[in-house]
Order: sequence, then structure tokens, then C-alpha cells
Amino acid sequence: MKQLLTFLTKEFHHILRDKRSLLVLLGLPIVQLLIFGFAITPEVRNANIAILDNAKDEITRQITNKLENSKYFDIDRTLINNEQIEKAFKSGKIKLAIVFQENFANELLHTNKAQVQIIADATDPNQATTLINYASAVIMDYQNDLNSQNKLPYTINSETRMLYNPQLKGAYTSVPGVMGMILLLISAMMTSISIVKEKELGTMEILLVSPMKPWFVIISKVIPYFIISLVNVATILLLSVFVLGLPIEGSLFLLIFSAVLYIFCALSLGILISTITDTQQAAMLISLLGLMLPVVMLSGYAFPITNMPIILQVLSNFVPAKWYIIIVKGVMIKGIGISQIWKELLILTGMTILFLSISVKRFKIRL
Amino acid sequence: MKNEIVIKTEKLTKKFGDFIAANEITFEVYKGEIFGFLGANGAGKTTAMKMLIGISKPTSGNAQIGGFDIYKQTEQIKKSIGYMSQKFSLYEDLTIRENIQLFGGIYGLTNQQIEVKGNGLIDKLQLHEEADKLVASLPLGWKQKLAFSIAILHEPKIVFLDEPTGGVDPITRRQFWDMIYEAAHHGITVFVTTHYMDEAEYCDRVSIMVDGVITALDSPKNLKERYKANSMDEVFVTLARGAKRGE
Amino acid sequence: MRTLFFLLRKEFLQIFRNKLILRMIFALPVIQLIILPNAATYEVKNITLSVVDHDHSEYSRKLINKFTSSGYFKLADYSDTYNQALDQVEKDNADLIVEIPKGFEGDLLRESETKILFAANAISGQTAGLAVAYANSIVKDFNSDIRSEWISPTRFNALPIIEITASNWFNPQMNYKKFIVPGVLALLVTLVGFLMSSLNIVKEKEIGTIEQLNVSPIKKYQFILSKLIPFWLLGLMVMSIGFLISFIIYGIYPEGSFWVGYLFAGIYLIALLGFGLLTSLMAETQQQAMFISYFFMLVFILLGGLFSPIENMPDWAQYLTYINPVSYFIDTMRMLVLKGSSFWDLRFNFLVIIGFAIAFNGLAIWKYKKTV
Repeated sequence: MKQLLTFLTKEFHHILRDKRSLLVLLGLPIVQLLIFGFAITPEVRNANIAILDNAKDEITRQITNKLENSKYFDIDRTLINNEQIEKAFKSGKIKLAIVFQENFANELLHTNKAQVQIIADATDPNQATTLINYASAVIMDYQNDLNSQNKLPYTINSETRMLYNPQLKGAYTSVPGVMGMILLLISAMMTSISIVKEKELGTMEILLVSPMKPWFVIISKVIPYFIISLVNVATILLLSVFVLGLPIEGSLFLLIFSAVLYIFCALSLGILISTITDTQQAAMLISLLGLMLPVVMLSGYAFPITNMPIILQVLSNFVPAKWYIIIVKGVMIKGIGISQIWKELLILTGMTILFLSISVKRFKIRL
Repeated sequence: MKNEIVIKTEKLTKKFGDFIAANEITFEVYKGEIFGFLGANGAGKTTAMKMLIGISKPTSGNAQIGGFDIYKQTEQIKKSIGYMSQKFSLYEDLTIRENIQLFGGIYGLTNQQIEVKGNGLIDKLQLHEEADKLVASLPLGWKQKLAFSIAILHEPKIVFLDEPTGGVDPITRRQFWDMIYEAAHHGITVFVTTHYMDEAEYCDRVSIMVDGVITALDSPKNLKERYKANSMDEVFVTLARGAKRGE
Repeated sequence: MRTLFFLLRKEFLQIFRNKLILRMIFALPVIQLIILPNAATYEVKNITLSVVDHDHSEYSRKLINKFTSSGYFKLADYSDTYNQALDQVEKDNADLIVEIPKGFEGDLLRESETKILFAANAISGQTAGLAVAYANSIVKDFNSDIRSEWISPTRFNALPIIEITASNWFNPQMNYKKFIVPGVLALLVTLVGFLMSSLNIVKEKEIGTIEQLNVSPIKKYQFILSKLIPFWLLGLMVMSIGFLISFIIYGIYPEGSFWVGYLFAGIYLIALLGFGLLTSLMAETQQQAMFISYFFMLVFILLGGLFSPIENMPDWAQYLTYINPVSYFIDTMRMLVLKGSSFWDLRFNFLVIIGFAIAFNGLAIWKYKKTV
């Protein structure tokens, strides 16, 4: 026991003295959270658009005004002819171009039909769709105002309710993702690098020769990162609730329990990686390729899994972060309980045991 | 017999904040000498040497290395000296030959010179079989000899050796010093720091640093006489007894 | 000059002997380009519906049919009550609830209005927003179908109707891969340029070989160049591999000129490598260098518009993008590949990236001192 404490103290000295790394370890989650919480929102605002008004009459001016006044759009420029449209798009400044036909007001009032064209830059298809929708909505709104006395017959109205996240805050989907990624990264990557560093510098030999059991060496390396991860969990939860306004609908205890379980899983993964690599560079690169990228891509962090090709969906099952994100979304935002989450918890436990057993086997052979 | 002075320092000082690592170091080294720069760990040897080889700027004081000023002409100094660091700093993932070519090129030797001298070096060290193997595969003693040979490849005026013989057996150390003798014989001044006191005996003159100050500077013979000691070891112990810094 | 040549030789020898790096250089582009564009599905399809139909009428059934045949929606379940449907959403079995009220058909027939309720799982706000947008457009379509079915043409145009036609340019098939791939290419180059280079110098520091170089007559610029050039070449090579793979697998290639792309990438790499150098010089250990570079890289990439449009970000985030070199690169790649933008179109981006290159490298040169 005392030996363990001695080694633990050494590890803590290492970490606490490396202020720059510490800053990153504790600060990264905060930065990520704030960025994802505040910056990455699905809301459309101030999209730059261009107007090509071939009529320049009262009605087109009114519609243009309406667009300008809406929070979705900012009129960046007015165009004079069709040729300019493509150039405007190519300059990269315009996302949408609205083209009114000639004699718009006349046509509308006399033949009851006038045309307006919405051209979208479909580089980002989703953005295009969204912008077209909003623009159409604004124009339709204007049309309804015109016709306010005479309602269109046979109208189906729709009411929309946004469940769990009525304000459509981006944070709701990003916070679980950030938690999943940060914990995995810090626990797995940092642990593996810390262990491998000793191997690389040669000091691992010294440790192994000491009367301390080899397993204790590993544990003493793991515990500091465990604690840092716990600190990060606390930081993330506090920030999410008080700064980003996320709810904790479900049991806080369950939330923390699953976080601890996930951290164990990540730590054991880190240990596994350290038995495969000999240099820090290698550990880092493998962590990058084998951890960060799959986690970002396949865990459901950035993109929903259900839309991916089958083979990727299968692959995603091997990413621990995926299961953890499901748990967090469920417990934190939907408020479900252990009865619906036990499957995911079991999977995480299974992974942890698997990683540890492989590590133990390799450890005995190689180290 | 007036010998050319190749290293001349005047009250060379290096401070880190309030801590005076090297305190008004003053001495001269003559051409062809083997000059031992001794002292315990932490005495300030390496700090002083770093100033001499141009990678550490002195806080105050003056020095000329090979006739060049230590403040204004560091790049010329570098061209005319050789260096072997404490960690032997050869590239482990390059072969012997490649290391020779690299450092030869860096120090401005022509391709032909590199070829000729390189082969000469390999011959002398009898490394024909290992010439194209990675340096990492060499045992420690060979790495040392190789590092030294490469350090003098461009025939510098002075070669600085920082604790060059750590961790090898006495025979290998002896062989290393044979190489040093030969280099000195050819007119290369050898400035070597060490804390092996027996190596001090091999030097023409030594200086002993204690707590950042040079407390003795003379030939080993004279020092032993003055301090009534039988070995440099004893001389050192006498001088370093009152030391506040170090082991 | 000769010295530089010798240094470069050393660098290349070291890189190519490092099997790990070699594998990475080839594996990285392949893996990323294969997985990311396929995984990054912004496309919202297969939205699972839970339908609560209180009306059970011909028209309610027609409406439901329209949903399921649209290609966007998949019918997951019929629930009897709203709460049952909610249960499905909780279990992640359904994304969207459509509740059709009792009297739907009746109300419509009597020419009055009627209402439908959409309830979406909005944890992912973006998906929910799009799901509802699609749902609304289906209803609108259904609505105008009914109108044209029941009203004679003359009366239909008794009221002013603004006809909106929408078209999508540059990516008319709404191919999401076209959107992602340029971004991934940018990501690849960034990874190689930044991550790997920052580790490089620190490694020499850690081992101690840097001291040997500092003592030698090597000039500062020679040292820095010898560190930049190899990774510069590697970065461009990775991009070329990337282009090749994009073409082979996705049939995507730049509408614009390749040369503009390479020119920009070249300057971009210089900037990035300068930044990596700076990191390297500031860090003491490889571990630190890695942490710092990972940190910056992540922030730059996330804020760079790779995954979500910069225009949607709050103002402060948008200001940050002005000093984010990655965002300029991602932007340039997208414009080049999809719109065929020319050098002149991209001139502002070029200017900025040249500025970055000068700034970062200038700082690095200034900070790197052979004498301390």
C-alpha cells in the first residue's frame, strides 16, 4: 500500500509540474464544450443573400424588405442581370439568390400569378434546403398577408412541438458527444502515452526492477488520469447545467455511475494501447487513428448513426463512446432510468473486461 | 616557449536570476593542450562550457575562442570548434556513414574530403562491418569513439568534450584517451570536462570548479605537490570539501 | 546551401526509416476518405414515424401514405395515443410523431381548417428542424393536391398566388459527399502539416541532438527550412493521394483548376508548419507538443466549418474564424471543388493565408535561438 502511495505521489508530481499539459487536460473540455455548446447551432441567422429584381415595383420592394427584416437573412447585394448570379455565388459570399420576374406586381394582381425563383448554393445541401424553406416561408407569409381577407380554402395547418429540446439548442446533442470524446481521449490516450513514455525513456525498467509489483506500476499511472477525468466530468456537468442550460432529467447518480464506468473502459483501452506501442509517437498516432477519428466519426457525436451505411453502423458498435453517448442522452435529457439503459451499461462493462484481459496477457509476455 | 592562446576568458559570469552558476571565470588555454575542466556535479562546469561553445550568452565578462569574440562572433567560433555532448548526440536512426556525411557536410567539407576522411575514420576505428548499420546498434564505447572522431572530422582548432566517458569500462576509457592524445598531438586543443579524477591525471593542465568559482588551475603534478596529495582525487576532495552545491 | 542539402538528406532518411510515419501517411487519407464521407450523413432520411391517427379516414390514410412514399420517412409504428407514441420516441424507436386529430377529413370537407400535430425528438436540433421542414412540405403538397382536386381551375386562381420555384446550383443532386470530401481533404493536409511537424523538433529536443546542431555553424534558416521542407512535401503528397482517392471512389474532382488548389495548399502548409514549429519550440516534451497541437487543431477544425456552417455560429465564433487558418483552407477547397472558383475569386483567402505564413514563420524564426 505504502509503495503504491509513493508511486502515486511521483505520478502526481509529473503531472502537476507539467503545467502546460495540465492546462490542456483541464481546459480542453471547457473549450470544447463552450464551442460546441454555443457555436455549433443548427439555427440559421444572417445568411447573406442577393436579390435580382427584374420588376422593381412596390410588391417586390415589400417582399425584399420583409426578407431583410427577418433574422434569417441579410441582403448582401442587389444584382442587375442573370450573369452576375453565378459570379456572386463563386465569390463565396452569397448563399441564396432571389430572382423576381419582370412586371411582378402587375402579373400578380392581374393574372393572379407571379413567379419568383429561389436559387440556392447547394454546396452544403442541408443549409440550402433550410434556407430555401425559410425564404419560402417569408414569401408565403407575405402572400397570406395579401390575402388576409380571403382565406384559401381547404387549409391544413400544422403545429410543431420540439420534444426534450424546445429551444433547439445545439448543446443538447453536443454535450453528450463532448463528454464521450473528452473522457475517452484523456483517459485512453494520455494514459497510454504516460506509460509508454516511461518505456521509451528507459525508466520503466527501473520501476519494474523495484520491489513494487508491476501491476501497481500501471495502476499508479492510471489513477491520476482517472482523477483528472472525474474532475472533467464534474466540470462538464456543471458547465452544461449552469452555463448552457441543459437539464438533468434523470438520476444524477446514474449519470455519474455511467461516467465512472466509461472512464474505466477508456483507461483499460489506454493500457491496452500501451502494451502495443514502444514510442510516444506511436502511441499518439495510434490513439489518433484508432481513437479520435473513429470516435468523432462513428460514435454518433457529429453525425447520427442511423443514416450511415450498414457496415459503418456495425463498426460503430465497437466504439465505446457510442454506447456512452446513448446513455448520457437517455439519462440526462430524456430522463430514462436504469431499466432502459442496462443493455448499454452491460456492453461497456464487457468491453472493459475484454480490454483488461488482453492487456494482462500482453503485459506478461512483453513487458 | 610561447604558445598560442586559443581560449581566453576574463571574468566570465552566468547568472540565472539571483543564482550565480559561473562566477567570474578567468583562465587561458594554449594550443595543443589537453585542458581538463574539473568539478563536482552542479559546480558549474557545463554552464561555463556552454558559454564557451556559443550556445549560452554570458551575463558578463569576456572571452575569445580561437581568436573570435564570444558575443559578436559566435558563428565563426562554431565553424572552428568541434563538440561532443554529454549524450553523444549522434543520430541513432542513421548509419555510421550517414552520420559522417551529415556532420562533414554541415561543417563545410567537400564531398571528396568527406569520402576520404570518412573512410579514414572507419579504418581507424575498424568499423568496416558496421559502417552501414544504424548507430543504435553500436555498443556504448564505440558510440563514444565514433562521436569523438566525428567531432574532429573537420579538424577544428579546439574540440570541447562534455563528460565524454560516462558509463564504460576502464579499458575503453583508456582507448578513448589515446584518441584524445593523438588529436592533441596533431595540434587540436582538447577542452574536456569530467568528474573522473583519474582522467585528470591525463591532462596537461586542469582547473577545478567549486560552487561556480575556479579554485585551482595548474598541472596535475603541481596541484598534487601544492596540496600534498598523492592523487588528483585527494586534491579534489580537499578543495571540494567546503562545497555548498553538488552531490 | 550545401548545408541545407545535408540536413534535408538527414531528415528524409529519418522519415523514411520511420515505418510508422510511412504507414500513417498512406493509411490516413485512405481511411478518412473512405469512412468520413460515408459516415458524415447530413442527409436526413429514414426518419422514423410514429403515427397517431384518430380519424382513420380515407384522407388521413392518404396523408400517411404520402409521408411513407416520400422517401424521407419510414413508418415505425401506429400508436393509439399520443403518450404511446411518446414512449416510442423515448425508446429511440421513432424520431417524429404525427398526430392526426379526430374529424380531420370531416373538417376539411366542410371547407374549414384542420390541424395536424408534429412532435419531433429535438435532441439533435438540426435533424428535428429538417424533419419538420420535410414534413411541412409534404403537408403543403398534400394540401395543394386537395385544392386542385376539389376546386375548379378558375376559382383556384381567384386569389394571387406567388409561385416559387427553387433550384440548387453547384450540387444539384444534393450530393452530401461533394460537400464533405473537400473538407476532409483539408483536414488531411492539416493533420499531416501540423501534428507531425510539431512532434518533430521536440523529438530532437528531448533526445538532445538539437544541442549538437546548435553548436555547429548551421544557420537558423537552414535548420528551420530543413524541418519545414520534408513535411511540406509530405503534406502535398497526402493531398495528391487524397485527390486520387476522391476521384476513384467518389468521382469527385475539382471543377476549378488543380494548380490553384496546389498553390493554396502549398502556402497553407507553410503557414501550418510554421505554427507547428512554434509549438515545437515552446514545448519541452513530445507529450506537451502533442497536447498543445491537438488542442489547437481540434478547436481550429471544429470552428473551421468542417461539420457545420460558419454562418450559423454566433458572432463571436464568426470573428474567431477570421484568425483561423483552417477555415480558409476548408472554404477554398469547397469553392474550388464545387464551384470552380478561380484564383481571382479566392484572392482574399490567398492574401490571408500568405499573411499567416509570414506571421507564424516569422515568429518561429525569431523565437528559435541557437544561443540562449
